[in-house]
Parts: sequence; structure tokens; C-alpha cells
Amino acid sequence: MSGSDQTRAAQTASGSSRMNRLETGTNLKSRLFQYRYIYLMLLPGILFLLVMNYLPMFGALIAFKEIDYALGILRSPWVGLQNFRFLFATGDAWVAIRNTLAYNGVFIITGPVFSVGLAIMLNELWNKRVAKIYQTLLIMPHFISFVVVSYLVYAFLATSTGYVNTQVLPVFGAEPVRWYLEPSKWPAVLFLVNGWKTWGFGTVIYLASMAGFDPQLYEAATIDGASRWMQIRRITVPLLLPMIMLLFILSLGRIFNADFGLFYQVTRAAGPLIPTTQVLDTFVYRALIRLGDIGMSSAAAFLQSVVGFFTIFTVNLITRRLKPEWSIF
Amino acid sequence: MAQSKLRKNEISFTANIVLHVLFVISIVLILIPFVLLVTVSFTDNDTLVQEGYRFIPSRWSGEAYRFLFASPRLVRDAYGVTILVTVVGTLGHVFLGALVGYSLTKTRMPGHTFFTFFVFFTMLFNGGLVSTYIINTQLLGFRNHFRGLILPLMFNVWHVLILRTYFATAIPGSIEESAKMDGANDLRIFFQIVLPLSKPVLATIGLFAALIYWNDWFQSLLYITNERMYSLQFVMLQTLRQIEMMQRLLAMGASGDVVDRLRDLPDEAVRFAMVIVSIGPIIFAYPFFQRYFVKGVTIGALKG
Repeated sequence: MSGSDQTRAAQTASGSSRMNRLETGTNLKSRLFQYRYIYLMLLPGILFLLVMNYLPMFGALIAFKEIDYALGILRSPWVGLQNFRFLFATGDAWVAIRNTLAYNGVFIITGPVFSVGLAIMLNELWNKRVAKIYQTLLIMPHFISFVVVSYLVYAFLATSTGYVNTQVLPVFGAEPVRWYLEPSKWPAVLFLVNGWKTWGFGTVIYLASMAGFDPQLYEAATIDGASRWMQIRRITVPLLLPMIMLLFILSLGRIFNADFGLFYQVTRAAGPLIPTTQVLDTFVYRALIRLGDIGMSSAAAFLQSVVGFFTIFTVNLITRRLKPEWSIF
Repeated sequence: MAQSKLRKNEISFTANIVLHVLFVISIVLILIPFVLLVTVSFTDNDTLVQEGYRFIPSRWSGEAYRFLFASPRLVRDAYGVTILVTVVGTLGHVFLGALVGYSLTKTRMPGHTFFTFFVFFTMLFNGGLVSTYIINTQLLGFRNHFRGLILPLMFNVWHVLILRTYFATAIPGSIEESAKMDGANDLRIFFQIVLPLSKPVLATIGLFAALIYWNDWFQSLLYITNERMYSLQFVMLQTLRQIEMMQRLLAMGASGDVVDRLRDLPDEAVRFAMVIVSIGPIIFAYPFFQRYFVKGVTIGALKG
């Protein structure tokens, strides 16, 4: 090893690797060589992410272009904010944004409340074996696709043959409802469907993190005379908070994204339902595939990614200020 | 003695009963839609049209399933596509995830922090649907190609994190070290020591991936127009769409041609039988699934 090599390595190496160098007496070059097979193993993943994830990130800049397929994507002219002006020229985008934020607002708050609630209750049951059976059945909806869910919902809500119209409403003497034509009913329907599909999954996540809690904490609390209810409030919930916050921050990062399956499949993409069921994801899809409007759809998609990223970044920053151990990066 | 002491630190008998009642109600609410699905698929089609979907129909029939298995296009082709995509996709997903997950356990490797961030960042930021769609169709040739169904779902950051955690915690470093002493390189260590020792987590991630591929319809919606490449999920989706379109045309006073084509489409019972057939393997493998699923979530949760 030449002297100049060693100085260069020392200059480029970070603090921790300098320590390694002292330990093992090797420089950066030989450490790179030492890990050559690891780099080789990492290579497919890195290439995959570069093409499938990072390339589209740069591609998102087409939101500022007017795409002309004859010229190709790279040579298409830049048009500044024109696509965004078109996007907001009609009220459609605002409706999609309003719906996305409203549904997500409700889902982000109610999801953890129901999931944590169910998890704590499951955890308190005397009979652990029965609790396990409940848990098994609670996550079942998580395993089926939204296409299947759309059939399930249709079985209940179909106008002339659906269970609700033929069996339930007549009992109350109510008139049949033409569900797929009435937008006002769908916020409630989608809330229930979403809960049915996702709360059980959340429950399992929280149960799993409860399984890691130290039982001694509860024993000590019992000795001090704390009731079970007190233990839930003072031990279980505080210990769950980091997990709740982690999932909360991640879901805030997706506040501009909605589950396409829920809003497109379950509503069967019915046109009359658009006022209350159009979200940004369905808006982008419809603009791109149905209308072939790359300008408008790319502007909406750009907003989704960028706003989502800044939300997660900001929330994480605030969290880090207030409670460093709850932040995710 | 110990028993009575333990019992003291539990919720009261009444609270316990109340919770059980609550859970039984929840479970019933979760299962009821599935029950309706099954009974509808076993109902005589004319009965369905006359009296609607019922839990106890007046006439049962297995005709829908007979029809379904007799028509090759509906089930055999779609099943073939779904199985092919699921098998190839799952293998790729697990292998790629394991490679990356294992590499990221090497904390003393130069660039470790950078590579970890490189992977994690894709969870925080993405190019959005339009850019992804254009690149995948214009540059990568995903349209009507199996890679369009497989590649977009091949990488999942959560799964990589779970794999990394498992490799870092469950495999004793001393084993790797002694293998190294014996002259094995990292590739051999990974394939001959780490992978065989990691069967539980590989099975877990494999099941996650299989489920993702089995249930996917979105990639088909984006990239597939060739009918012979329709997956099970996509056939179900398309059937619904076509029926709706025909009914809309009929309502607008369309002619006999539309009526004929509507007659060719699967009837109601058949459509529901198709759903049952598509979730059959999941229900069948369910006990297995959910055990690994809970295990996977637990490993992931310990990390978080």
C-alpha cells in the first residue's frame, strides 16, 4: 500500500469507517474489494429500483411539458405551469382533491381508533385460544382483492336483486334504493367497506407489537394496586404510541393517495357516483386512460407525489422536534 | 395460588362476556358477505333473477360451476395466467428482496447508509402513475407482456426491511464468520448458509408476494388488452364491465345484436361462482397463510 493511497482513503472515509480502518488496518480500496460479492448481490436490486422507481421520479417532470409523441418525451416542449392551469380550470380536480382529503382524514383517524381498540380488547380476553380464532377471522378480508369485494358489495346493493333492496328495506317498509345511481349514500358505504377490509389488519399489527411488551411492567402495576383498566391507559396505550405514530406518519404521507380498488372497483366505476367517489387516483386514471390527457393527468399525479412527500417530511420534522423517538427518519 | 393471583390481574367476568359478544358480532359481520357469495353461486339462475340474492334460496343448483369448468376460456386460460404470474413473480420477489435485505445487513460496508437510504426513499417518494405508465409502456414494453404483470410488483420496501431484520437478528454472526475462516466467500455464505437458515422468513415473504400477485388486477388494467392474457381477477372485472355496458346500451334502446351478446356473457350465478373459484385457493391455504402472516407482521413490528 502506498502512502498516498492511505491518505486518500483517510480523507474520504467517514468517522466510523476510519475506526474500522484502524481496527483492521485496511484502507477504503481493500474494504471495497472485501465487500465485492455483497455489492454484486446488491446490484440487481439497485438497477431494478433505478429503472422502476427512480426513472419515473424524473419522468414526473413531464407535468411541465406538452407531450407530443411525434417529438418524443425528451424533445417535447416545456410549457411551465400550463398543465396545472388546465387541471384547475374545471372544478373536477377540486372535487377529487376534496374527496381524497375528506376520506383520508376520516380513515386516518378512525382506522387506528378501531384497530387499537380491537387489539386491546382481544389482548384482554381471558381465553387466549378463542382470541386467536377471532384474530384469524378478523384479518380474512385483508386477503381478498377489491374485485372480489366489489362483487360482495354488489350482492348486497344491486338494484333489483341485491339483498338490501329485496330483503332488508322491505322489512322497514322502505322503498328500494338505486345505490349505484345515488352519490349521497356512498361516503357511508365506502367507510364501512374500508373498515371491513382494513381494521382487522391493523388489529394484528398492534397485537403483534403488544406481544413484545415486558410483562414485568404489568406485574409491577398489579402489585401497586392498579386496575386492569388503569394498566391499559398507563402502560399499554403509551407503549403502543410509537407504533401508532409510525403508521400515522406513513399514512399522512399518502394523504393525497387513495386506494384505487376501493374507489374504482367497489363503486363499479359508476359515472353518477363521481361527485362523492372521485378521488385523485381515479381522476388521474380516468384522465390518462379514458381521455388520454397526459398533460392534465401528469399534473395531478405530480401533485400527488410531491405533496405527499412534503407532508410526510413536514410531519416527521415536527414529530422530531416534539418527540424525537417517534420520528421515522 | 398462582392461578388465583393471575386471575386478579384480568378484566372482570362481565367485561369478558361483553367483549366476547362484541367479537362474535364482528366476526358475523365479517363472514356474512362470504356466506351470501357462496349461496348465490349455488342458486338456480332463474331463481336469482326472480327473488334476488338470498341466504336460503328456494332452489339450489350447481349448474354455475358445471358451466364454469366446461368453458375453457373463462377458467383454464385465466387460471393459467394467474398461476404463471404468481409463481414467477413470487420467486423473483423473494429472491430480489433477500439479496437486497442481506446486503443491507452489512453495516460496515462502505456506502451502507447510502444504499439503505436509496431503498427506503422509494417508500417516501414516487414518480406517480402517469410517468410510471409512460415509461413502462414506451420504454420498457410492458403492454401485453407478462413482464407488465410481474415486474411492477416485484419489489416491496416493507418486505426488504423484514428480511433484513431477520437476517440481522436470527442468524448468528459467528456462523458466517467461521464459514469465512474456512474460505467461503459472501456468495457461498448467502446461498449455502443464510438462505437455508432463513426458511421461515422466506416462506412468510413468499406468501405475502403470492397473495399480492394472485389478487392483482391493476397491472392488467394498465397494460393488458390481449384477452388471452387476462388473469382471473381481470376476467371477473371485465365481465362486470361488459355486462354493465350492455345493460346501459339496452336501456338506451339498443337492438338485438346487443341482446345476443348479453346472452353469451356468464349469467349471475356463474359470475359469483367465478368469484368463489378465484378465492378458493386463498381460503384453502388460509390457516397456513395467516400463521405466517402474523409471524411476518410480528418480525416487522419488532423492528418498528
